[in-house]
Amino acid sequence: MSQESVELARATPAPAAPPVRARTSPTGDRIFSFALFFASYVVLAVVAGLFIVLLQRSWPAIQAIGLRAFSNVWSPNDGQFGVLSFIYGTIVSSFVALLVAGPVGIGAALFLAELAPRKLAAPVAMLIELLAAVPSIVYGLWGLYALAPFVRTYVGPALQHALGFLPIFQGPIYGVGMLTGGLILAIMVVPTVAAISRDVFEAVPRDQREGMLALGATKWEMMTKAVLPYARSGVIGALVLGLGRALGEAMAVVLVIGNKPQIVASLFAPGYTMASVLANEFSEATGKVYISMLIEIGLLLFLVSLVVNVAARLLVWSASGRGAR
Amino acid sequence: MNLRAKAVRAAWSQFMIVVSGVCAGACAAVLAIVVAYVIGKGIKAIDWTFFTKLPTPVGVPGGGVANAIVGSIEIIAMASLAAIPVGVLAGIYLALFGRGKLAALVRFFSDVLTGMPSIAIGMFAYALVVIPTGHFSAVSASVALAVIMLPIVVRTTEEAVRLVPTMIREGALALGIPAWKATLLVTVPVARPGIVTGALLAVARVAGESAPLLFTAFGSQFWSRGVGQPTAALPLVIFTYANSPYADWQQIAWGCAFVLVVLVFALNLTARLAFSSRVAAN
Repeated sequence: MSQESVELARATPAPAAPPVRARTSPTGDRIFSFALFFASYVVLAVVAGLFIVLLQRSWPAIQAIGLRAFSNVWSPNDGQFGVLSFIYGTIVSSFVALLVAGPVGIGAALFLAELAPRKLAAPVAMLIELLAAVPSIVYGLWGLYALAPFVRTYVGPALQHALGFLPIFQGPIYGVGMLTGGLILAIMVVPTVAAISRDVFEAVPRDQREGMLALGATKWEMMTKAVLPYARSGVIGALVLGLGRALGEAMAVVLVIGNKPQIVASLFAPGYTMASVLANEFSEATGKVYISMLIEIGLLLFLVSLVVNVAARLLVWSASGRGAR
Repeated sequence: MNLRAKAVRAAWSQFMIVVSGVCAGACAAVLAIVVAYVIGKGIKAIDWTFFTKLPTPVGVPGGGVANAIVGSIEIIAMASLAAIPVGVLAGIYLALFGRGKLAALVRFFSDVLTGMPSIAIGMFAYALVVIPTGHFSAVSASVALAVIMLPIVVRTTEEAVRLVPTMIREGALALGIPAWKATLLVTVPVARPGIVTGALLAVARVAGESAPLLFTAFGSQFWSRGVGQPTAALPLVIFTYANSPYADWQQIAWGCAFVLVVLVFALNLTARLAFSSRVAAN
């Protein structure tokens, strides 16, 4: 039957289709299947529209600035629109985030999928999902008033004491800066990494585990030698998806990163990211090129996220068998 | 010798299990810390005037965020009106008829859309609505939020409709009911708990969104004068007041954060607890 309804849905828009239609109410079915198709095309149109509209509005800047956009100096009042420091800040803060959130998220996922008793796993998993539900602006507010002072008085000095010979841990500690931005992002990315890794681990067939255990492996060996390798592409997908979330996050970062367009080695120094410059400067931007340039940054962000998300989805889909259905 | 190696491996395994448990615990602990902090700071700002009065200038006591609460509701309601029907229809399509190339594309791009930065979507709404109309407005904010909601509704509806046993639909069709009625009056009602869950999660997701509102709703100190005018919203109040040097404004920002967290958690918990059990029962 469902085969027939497939035929039905496909056949109705084309008037010349063979008469496999239902015998009753062809008009209703035709309207309904039109509505279904229309709604599906809306999804595609939105993605295409995002690209077209952003490209169209950033065209003045692309023409006026061209490749000079990839220079280092951002000084809109002098007509200098170099976005390199934003790209640098986005990459560094996201990298810090993944460095912290990756191991913690995967560890949490292993625990929830494999080790925790079911009664414990369900509530903890829900708490981690709620972590993803907290609005990003709330993280920003908390980061500004709680995390930044904490980094200034405890985390920063401790890192400087232990690893101060590294250039990334030198210089004055302001509290707001690249490190704090990265840590806030880590908190926001952890639920993504944990939830998707957990799905992927749960999709690993039981016999993989049992075979390993039967060979005399310990539980941890079973996980690192059977579960993790089997789930590798899915876990990488989860990390890439987390990266995508970190790259595009604006509101939490803008409040804690210091908003200074500069490229310096120290993680304690203030920085700027592509998303946070949009959040911070867009409403006060004046002049056609300035506004258009900011939209171009938005376009860049869209394209980067598109690539990252496409890659991540392909990895996760192939690992968990989703989407194939 | 062999025995000792085995003991070491077992101990290492135990140790790493504890480490992974600590990872999971740390995530939960961070949630607890953030929520406790927001509640502790925010609850002091909550009183009757907070919900009923307009914002006051710095130093004038008795200000509230009534306009932002109304503005948020207005923006989210319009976004839901646009995104939920379209998303549900697309989800039904994917679940019941989605086998071809179009379906694969829709499925893929709704997942991709879920990962798009909300600030880029806000910029899209700015370019699409604000520039042509010439002002910041609640409508443009709703467009942005609707784009964010759409893929969530699509995918959760698909999951929910897919869970409905085919036999139910087949039974209806066998009785001679047209396909559209069988879908809307038989399949969809069975899937309703799941669809409602998806809609609630989508609302929860956008309720706290601030980035797309910056250059669409823009914010306002007054009551909204219509959907075509700049409109206040709770997340925007937090952003504006968080950076201000005045203690009473910061206090209001915490109050708004408290309200948002309570709202978002309530939506999430309702969606997960109340409806997931019923989906399972079905």
